[in-house]
Amino acid sequence: MEKFTVFTSKVVPLDRPNVDTDAIIPKQFLKSIRRTGFGPNLFDEWRYLDHGEPGQDCSARPLNPDFVLNQPRYAGARILLGRENFGCGSSREHAVWALTDYGFRVVIAPSFADIFRSNAFKSGLLPIQLEAAVVERLFQAAQAEGFTLTVDLGQQLLTSSSGEAIPFEVDAFRRHCLLEGLDDIGLTLQQADDIRAYEQRRRVEAPWLF
Amino acid sequence: MAARTLYDKLWDAHVVRTEPDGTTLLYIDRHLVHEVTSPQAFEGLRLAGRTPWRTSSILAVPDHNVPTTAREQGIADPVSRIQVETLDQNCVDFGITEFGMNDLRQGIVHVIGPEQGATLPGMTVVCGDSHTSTHGAFGALAFGIGTSEVEHVLATQCLIQNKSKNMLVSVEGELAPGVTAKDIVLAVIGRIGTAGGTGYAIEFAGSAIRALSMEGRMTICNMAIEAGARAGMVAVDETTVEYVAGRPYAPRDDDWDQAVAAWFDLHSDAGALFDTVVELDAAAIRPQVTWGTSPEMVVAVDGRVPDPDQEADPVRAEGMRKALAYMGLAAGTPIRDIRPDHVFIGSCTNSRIEDLRAAAAVVKGRKVAPNIQQALVVPGSGLVKQQAEQEGLDRIFLEAGFEWRAPGCSMCLAMNADRLQPGERCASTSNRNFEGRQGQGGRTHLVSPAMAAAAAVAGHFVDVRELGEG
Repeated sequence: MEKFTVFTSKVVPLDRPNVDTDAIIPKQFLKSIRRTGFGPNLFDEWRYLDHGEPGQDCSARPLNPDFVLNQPRYAGARILLGRENFGCGSSREHAVWALTDYGFRVVIAPSFADIFRSNAFKSGLLPIQLEAAVVERLFQAAQAEGFTLTVDLGQQLLTSSSGEAIPFEVDAFRRHCLLEGLDDIGLTLQQADDIRAYEQRRRVEAPWLF
Repeated sequence: MAARTLYDKLWDAHVVRTEPDGTTLLYIDRHLVHEVTSPQAFEGLRLAGRTPWRTSSILAVPDHNVPTTAREQGIADPVSRIQVETLDQNCVDFGITEFGMNDLRQGIVHVIGPEQGATLPGMTVVCGDSHTSTHGAFGALAFGIGTSEVEHVLATQCLIQNKSKNMLVSVEGELAPGVTAKDIVLAVIGRIGTAGGTGYAIEFAGSAIRALSMEGRMTICNMAIEAGARAGMVAVDETTVEYVAGRPYAPRDDDWDQAVAAWFDLHSDAGALFDTVVELDAAAIRPQVTWGTSPEMVVAVDGRVPDPDQEADPVRAEGMRKALAYMGLAAGTPIRDIRPDHVFIGSCTNSRIEDLRAAAAVVKGRKVAPNIQQALVVPGSGLVKQQAEQEGLDRIFLEAGFEWRAPGCSMCLAMNADRLQPGERCASTSNRNFEGRQGQGGRTHLVSPAMAAAAAVAGHFVDVRELGEG
């Protein structure tokens, strides 16, 4: 996984609660057996006016001009701003892969669904949970042309282009993995002796499980 | 030892080690695998030169992409076919047990795990699918994971987790006739909202839950994720043990006796502390119908589509307006006036034998209404299908004008050919009414099997209790 570094970006406001993973990446694109290439179909049903199918040339498809991601002022943004319960529904990690493949590295919301949150950390997307009032303020600010946020995961700090500093909380282990770009399977395998000891104990206590 | 909840006990029994900050390495007993969320995980294993830690813990089945008709001819859609063939190949390469598409035991992963006894009380059960919460009905800790976590479990038999909080949902009293497990769980979601259980593991308890069959308990735990909780669970009792006894993967002989003795401890201790308690009166629950694009957008069948102008919270009101526009509904419309074009009876929520019996009891001697373009019954597994056919349920459905299909996820998420066209409306026994879930532009109303059957024969939503015997 790529190391998570300090960056500054525009912020795309996606103003709806309960954005589910079916909306983030519709089911027809889950048939891919690869981890990449989902970006063009991110938010497919909201982003395009026609029906999307795998294998299309998305650059030739009619865009929905009303959808926020299609507004030229937000081009190149790496931060998505959402509402409550972002990423609810299906456990599909393809939703995270679609967001990162498009270019997002951070999603800010008042709350995230649990599975989406853990998938995000695993695939290099930082979910930042802020109080609803702070998120509301960011929605207002993101309307202004030229508004940006700087994300510093090491300091756990967002800094806005207007100078506001917004601290955020993040799980220490997840932060460490993101900053170092660590493969957590490798870390877990360092505990292999503990796993084997657990199994030995369980084979005695509950032999029917093996 | 202090009084513990069921979740506390299941958690404690699976801790390999805990770091000072609470980050825990949790051991996984059963790993269920399907074709959609596993290919990238197997690829990851290969790229890193790793192999599965314990193949005997894994059971694989294709379910999301499989056709529900003419299956012996294979899968017509080449992209779906590649995904199913990739699962087959991965299972061969890594020595994993798989019930292939044409195996009688094939079916929806959350139906076949319990059916085979591969899901047992006291286990940790994971699968790359959010409806893994289903298996909590057995007094197991079961939750959905993403593909990176699938790879992590394959490689290490463990997951890195932080413990959730405890929520108790207590449903006391007796359900009115015609009111089912599906109505209970929709009522719970209507009460606490789709994020109400976020950060929690939910234990469903109370006399109304204890009175349910295992099928009913699975329906309830299945939709814990729709309330935001990764895991839902029910304590073990005689009903649980009777269901498990004699199943192919269940323990036998001395192991069985030892297991049953251990399983009867799988309940919350008296005085155990829950962070949140929600109480519902079973007798007050009426048949439920969703009207919007989130499972929390639900009312009783005798209700009306709510009015966003009456909603105080502006974000919620805007969400309601978007939902009504998408659903093609006006505020104030009586639920009974809503006329579906399709009826879908199936999915990991409601495709088990008891669900099919409940729907057939309503359909028997009646015909699908003329305005219904298609009424589908998709059994949850080959064995459920076989059992239903032995009981003559297939004849009841076919004579009424339903289609009787082969098992799979089908129109719950429309990854195969079974899907709605834009603007079409469906009475569905599935679990999600999200935009586009059953096909782009499709409109989903979630109901119980009996209510879906009633809508099929009436041509509009109706309280199943008013239909009377067929």
